[in-house]
Amino acid sequence: MGNQLLETTADGEVLRLAGNGSWVAENAPALEAEILAITDRTDDIKRADIEMAQVRQLDTFGAWLLERLTRGLSARGCETKVTGLKDDYRALVDEVHGVKPVPSVSYRGVHPVAESLASVGKGVASVGETLVAILNMLGALSVALLRVIARPRSFRFASMVHQLDKVGWRAVPIIVLITFLIGCIIAQQGIFHFRKFGADTYVVDMVGILVLRELGVLIVTIMVAGRSGSAYTAELGSMKMREEIDALRTMGFDPVEVLILPRIVALLIAVPILTFLGSMAALYGGALVCWLYGGIDPDIYVQRLKEAISLDTFKVGMIKAPFMALVIGVVACVEGLAVKGSSESLGLQTTASVVESIFLVIVLDGCFAIFFASIGM
Amino acid sequence: MVQGNGKETVIEVRNLVVGFGDHVVLDHVDLDVYRGEILGFVGGSGAGKSVLMRTIIGLLPKREGSIKVLGVDLAQASDAERQAIERRWGVLFQQGALFSSLTVRENLQFPIREYLDLSPQLLDEMATAKLEMVGLDASVLGKVPSELSGGMTKRVALARALALDPEIVFLDEPTSGLDPIGAGDFDSLIATLQRTLGLTVFMVTHDLDSLHTVCDRIAVLADHKVIATGTMDAMLASTHSWLRSYFHGKRSRAIQPQVANP
Repeated sequence: MGNQLLETTADGEVLRLAGNGSWVAENAPALEAEILAITDRTDDIKRADIEMAQVRQLDTFGAWLLERLTRGLSARGCETKVTGLKDDYRALVDEVHGVKPVPSVSYRGVHPVAESLASVGKGVASVGETLVAILNMLGALSVALLRVIARPRSFRFASMVHQLDKVGWRAVPIIVLITFLIGCIIAQQGIFHFRKFGADTYVVDMVGILVLRELGVLIVTIMVAGRSGSAYTAELGSMKMREEIDALRTMGFDPVEVLILPRIVALLIAVPILTFLGSMAALYGGALVCWLYGGIDPDIYVQRLKEAISLDTFKVGMIKAPFMALVIGVVACVEGLAVKGSSESLGLQTTASVVESIFLVIVLDGCFAIFFASIGM
Repeated sequence: MVQGNGKETVIEVRNLVVGFGDHVVLDHVDLDVYRGEILGFVGGSGAGKSVLMRTIIGLLPKREGSIKVLGVDLAQASDAERQAIERRWGVLFQQGALFSSLTVRENLQFPIREYLDLSPQLLDEMATAKLEMVGLDASVLGKVPSELSGGMTKRVALARALALDPEIVFLDEPTSGLDPIGAGDFDSLIATLQRTLGLTVFMVTHDLDSLHTVCDRIAVLADHKVIATGTMDAMLASTHSWLRSYFHGKRSRAIQPQVANP
């Protein structure tokens, strides 16, 4: 055993230990094992001499293990002496000598059933907290809105236009593309299945009603939640992390008025416009597929569309848009302000923002469906 | 490697050119750092001190010149050689750069875990030992970086930089943002650690007190070049206009009253 880091010779009640080689980080696992073997010895030792002259290198890891060796031996009532330590290493050994024993950390596992129950409970409680936070935000927004109405010049118009550009104008291409494709797919599927009954032309009714009442606004708001809601949460969250929101507050600005109101107003303007553009693109996509795939002439398509949909159908879709925009904006801002110090929490809140706003948008859509059905629209 | 004066060069920068776009930040810079010294690196704000440090540790690309750290030219080194060198240095970033989603314990153990296979007990003990070396105790182990004060963040970041017992430590403005007492403590901490661990310290700083109390040698960056290197006394004796205004300005009088009022 020529490469042993610690040579042991027992001499009656005296244990002679001779250090060897490099007591550095790389060798720490081996050295630790050798030291454990010594401190776990059960024979009766009264004295231990540790000879360190042969140790070529010593770093903090080695110094600490030496300290642990002497502590382990002393704890068993054994007299310990370290000799031959180089002067260079003396200071290091003295440095670790003062280190207090580590409070042992218990990685005690929680019962898996209890843990999963607890997480369900926490989840339910957090739903309640989020709802309260959303109501709070709605209140703060109303107050800010009233203040802005009283003093219109305090409204951050430039900021609102900037946000409008980001969430509205720049979203047009992707939203038009996606709704166009959705329109194509619905029309294709409709033609394929309706043809069996010889009811090809009813595809136009289906596309028109489905797109204008439900799908146009849903697809657009889901896209906006993923695209702009997440951006709002991440922006506000990183501002919160870097104390920018606190800075605003100390300068006497209301963060809701400066940061959140312009963002939500921009969404309130952008989402209805995007919904309109999206619905038109979907109808256009439907028309194209009907013509090329179903052989329905564009003239007939328009004619059928006129008969199938009324102004109410269009209104139902458009009325929903601003409410959905409000939900997305408020959820995104609430989650953004809930970000804590760490980057992990930023990711967590951004995910939560997108998931919650899509969920709430769909729930709201269901509520609207019941409402419009009962008033006969 | 070994200079005429018998000291081993651990960082050797030759003819280094670094720039962004058409803006040249460092223009043919030469610099030597010797083993076991504390080098204070000064220069005006925006002069490129941090740029030089970041170029040495490989975070910024260079245009020309060579950088050798511990005798290895990092531009020509293989990935394995590079990694071996990176394991031998520690960096303290200006804002600490602690991983915000990990606790102090995990931050300190992160580099150790990556390179070494230690028992959980030894990992915990080393984290405590490093914390005590930088003047903190085990009570902060479970905290996350956002719960630490500015001074504590710097100390934990220093402990993390020292986690693997590096030979070279790069410090980017270690005392900025600390109160004078905290900054003084930090200076003496660096000096103590340098003595006990035999570190070579490359310290970017503006703190005249630090320069005066802990630095063995000072290098000055101005006009895109290192215009002077030497001891504090040499700096004070220099006649260069920038050096005169830096070391003999209003803020330096408290340190060097005998020089300010000859």
